[in-house]
Amino acid sequence: MFEDGSIFNQLLVERLNYFIYVVLLLIGLWAMIAKNNLIKKLIGMSIFQTAIILFYVSIGVKEGATIPIYLSEHDPHGTHARDESNETENPVSGPQVLEASLVAKYTNPLPHVLMLTAIVVGVATLGLALSVCLRIYRAYGTAEEDELLEKLEKEDSRNAVLPIRQKSRRRFPVQKSRSVTQSKTVRSEEKSVPQKPKSNRRRKTSTNAEPQIPQSGSLNKEKKDDQKPTRAKRTRKASSRKSKGDNS
Amino acid sequence: MKKAAFLLVLVIGLLLALAVRDFPAWGDPNAPASISPVASHFVASTGVDTEVPNMVTAVLADYRGFDTMFETVVVFIAGLAVVSILRGGSNRRTRDREFVVDFEPDLIVTNTVRLIVPVIQIFAFYVLAHGHVSPGGGFQGGVAMGASFILIALSWDLKTALVRFPLESCFTVAALGIVIYAGIGLLSMALGGEFLDYAHLSQILPVSPEMARYHAMLGVEIGVGFTVTAIMYALYASLSTDGRMQDGL
Repeated sequence: MFEDGSIFNQLLVERLNYFIYVVLLLIGLWAMIAKNNLIKKLIGMSIFQTAIILFYVSIGVKEGATIPIYLSEHDPHGTHARDESNETENPVSGPQVLEASLVAKYTNPLPHVLMLTAIVVGVATLGLALSVCLRIYRAYGTAEEDELLEKLEKEDSRNAVLPIRQKSRRRFPVQKSRSVTQSKTVRSEEKSVPQKPKSNRRRKTSTNAEPQIPQSGSLNKEKKDDQKPTRAKRTRKASSRKSKGDNS
Repeated sequence: MKKAAFLLVLVIGLLLALAVRDFPAWGDPNAPASISPVASHFVASTGVDTEVPNMVTAVLADYRGFDTMFETVVVFIAGLAVVSILRGGSNRRTRDREFVVDFEPDLIVTNTVRLIVPVIQIFAFYVLAHGHVSPGGGFQGGVAMGASFILIALSWDLKTALVRFPLESCFTVAALGIVIYAGIGLLSMALGGEFLDYAHLSQILPVSPEMARYHAMLGVEIGVGFTVTAIMYALYASLSTDGRMQDGL
């Protein structure tokens, strides 16, 4: 299977590095296309970017060569190294253009420069994308793409004036009945939040086993802790810290 | 939908796997990238042109100076956009308050950070100032510097970090970095050269044209370092608090 010349040998032995980058790139592409969550899409984008950066860096690798920084004997300012070593090793006066045999001793600096640029711009664009995601979450209460589309459709049909468009909107949810019911429940929960926040909170504390950090008033919290002595320690710690902070 | 995506990914994967066979082997000295005339020129004559030992810095800040300048501008604009996207928007959901955790800064953590932060900052300055002699440069030093401020924000809270480095001065510093970069370019233009042609700075610096390029690269890197420091910190500050600049991580 891995004998010379076979495609497995070429892919998995001789060109293994490229194969790894292809796999990484595909993982990133898959995440960007198929994942529903916007943050997961961004993670896919980062993986994709990493694959390309690795690819460029591996292009710059040269066997028997060092990093693209002049050794002290070629360094324009490296006089100290020359004095210490034996004098027969061609003492150069001032910087000289390297010969082709010496050029082969250094790797290509261009991939490194380009990837340095790509990494920094990648970080900046990732930050920008994350902030847009945060903003979307703030406006629509979700970062899932299908729920987001539902909400956008809903908003569009509310604003639309043409009856034809409204008809087409009405036809849309029938095809996707499952996701509609999901998003409806989500929507009803969200509607109840601003109108009746108290009832919502009570329901949550009664049904939800997860520790919650209450919103206001340290007295309130302690009362709740007394009511439920089996609650996790984390909550009590957090509330006591909170009360400390309030005192100071 | 997912099946179609999987098929698409699979097809692209097959095409790339076929293309992989045409690439040079790992570390091949005769690979096209290694014997290209551009790379050979950079390796051979960087020392003569600029007297900078680190070819990466020389290519980044001198030969490709335009690229790096506008890359710095991209970083600046991204930071500006993040802050302006996340700021405002008063219709905050009450639910979001549930995710806010109050805590006291830990004694061990804060004291360790108190010791570490000066070291990180000095190392950042070293990386920045030594960038054309050893591995390093403006971007790397700037990120290390920004990380020191992020570390303060992580170990105490954002309020403590914002006292030391307010968001308003963030953008002053970031803009100052670009002004330094573009200013060096314009200065060399005013001295009779082209934009970012540092060799003409030798008319006002008491050095040879090559050493003028060497020193101008340091100045340019300092400008880049300013911008990157400020923008990294601004990105963290606004993303971790959803733009409110209080009680975040």
